[in-house]
Amino acid sequence: MNVRHLQFVLLLCVALTATVDGHAFLDHASPAVGSKVHGRPAEVKVWFTEKLEAAFSKLQVFNQAGQQVDSRNQRLDPHNSAVLLVSVPQLKPGIYKVVWRAVSVDTHTTEGSFKFEVVP
Amino acid sequence: MKISFHYFFDSFNATAVAIAAGLSVLFVTTQSVSAHGFAGSRFFPATLSTDDPFVNDELSMPTVSSTVTPDEGGTRDTQIAVDIAKRITPNFGVEIGESFIFLKPRDERSVNGFGNLELGAKYEFFENDEHETILSLGAEVEVGGTGGKQVDADTFSTWAAGLFFGKGFGDLPSEVSFLRPIAVTGLVAVAIPTSASTRTVTFNERTGEQEIEIDRHPNVLEWGFALEYSVIYLQEQVKDIGLRAPFDRLIPLVEFSFETPLNRGQEGQTTGTINPGVIWSGKYFQIGAEAVVPVNSRTGSDVGFIAQLHLYLDDLFPKSLGRPLFGGR
Repeated sequence: MNVRHLQFVLLLCVALTATVDGHAFLDHASPAVGSKVHGRPAEVKVWFTEKLEAAFSKLQVFNQAGQQVDSRNQRLDPHNSAVLLVSVPQLKPGIYKVVWRAVSVDTHTTEGSFKFEVVP
Repeated sequence: MKISFHYFFDSFNATAVAIAAGLSVLFVTTQSVSAHGFAGSRFFPATLSTDDPFVNDELSMPTVSSTVTPDEGGTRDTQIAVDIAKRITPNFGVEIGESFIFLKPRDERSVNGFGNLELGAKYEFFENDEHETILSLGAEVEVGGTGGKQVDADTFSTWAAGLFFGKGFGDLPSEVSFLRPIAVTGLVAVAIPTSASTRTVTFNERTGEQEIEIDRHPNVLEWGFALEYSVIYLQEQVKDIGLRAPFDRLIPLVEFSFETPLNRGQEGQTTGTINPGVIWSGKYFQIGAEAVVPVNSRTGSDVGFIAQLHLYLDDLFPKSLGRPLFGGR
């Protein structure tokens, strides 16, 4: 394989991969994963590493009793389709579990959960 | 294709064994199985020294390793390997691998050439997302006579069948939440060569006589595991400790890789290595590097290394090469 062939293969790889997305991993969240929050957050927001399909992705918040406490209005951030958010009512002090499933635009699915604590 | 086959036999009908292994792979009842490298919320990287349990579309190119074996009083064995794995169905995949080998015996000239071609198949028959558990069955063959004699590639084939496993510890209680990023993958396999021994006839110039050397090739139990601590899992599921790119994608690990002969006078003479290292997993590929530490003098005396570039074909080519041929979404 000479240099021209190598250049062609590299260009081909770049062209083939230029528009694809991979698995969506959680990049960071607000409230942060495993954090303690003073005050009462109005929403839970998760930043992913890839753009998401809103219809197949989900974001839910549960209290310690396992009851879903979010406002069931999950949506993508209109300015960034890699961000999923859901509103929450005034949360009482306690530990909350966020459950997410992220379906990236190339249909790869990832899922996970994390907790945060609301403290007075 | 990381199991190495160096031992041989003649008392079995190897073809029958291989067919039986293949059938057992194909007819085990399947349960829910999803994308490769994941079990529930756990992402498992491809390990370097011990094969992982996932059926996937991936390309390792290259895997570079260098160790010193006890052969000929100490031989530097450097290999550049390429492996590609392709899903036929979401749960069943095939693999092919080849390596180019450089051997440098102490005080002798170096030689090089291709190793034997390696073919394999793997079937993922169990996955439990809640407990981040996965099990697979695999069969592999090193095709004898396809490599170069100058690098001592075997002239006969060796078949192997094994069980592969993966377990993440994300189901541990919150009291020990910092242990939840731990995961283990590994395998237990039996390698069965198609020849019990190799006879070599040499002419001794000093005595003027012919000498016959017989190498006996036992069946071998191949076993190993990788112990991992995923920073990805830590920050995604347990606690965001503030690490950002590139450190948030690291997976430190230690791999343990062993071979124990089962017969032909070599019972229990285990060889193996302990390989501490780290993997960085990105969007389309991962890179990994490990030290290779021999566990005893039968394995070697010097610390070697292994490094790998591993491409996620399902992420690179999700609509073509990176999806199963049949049954994919």
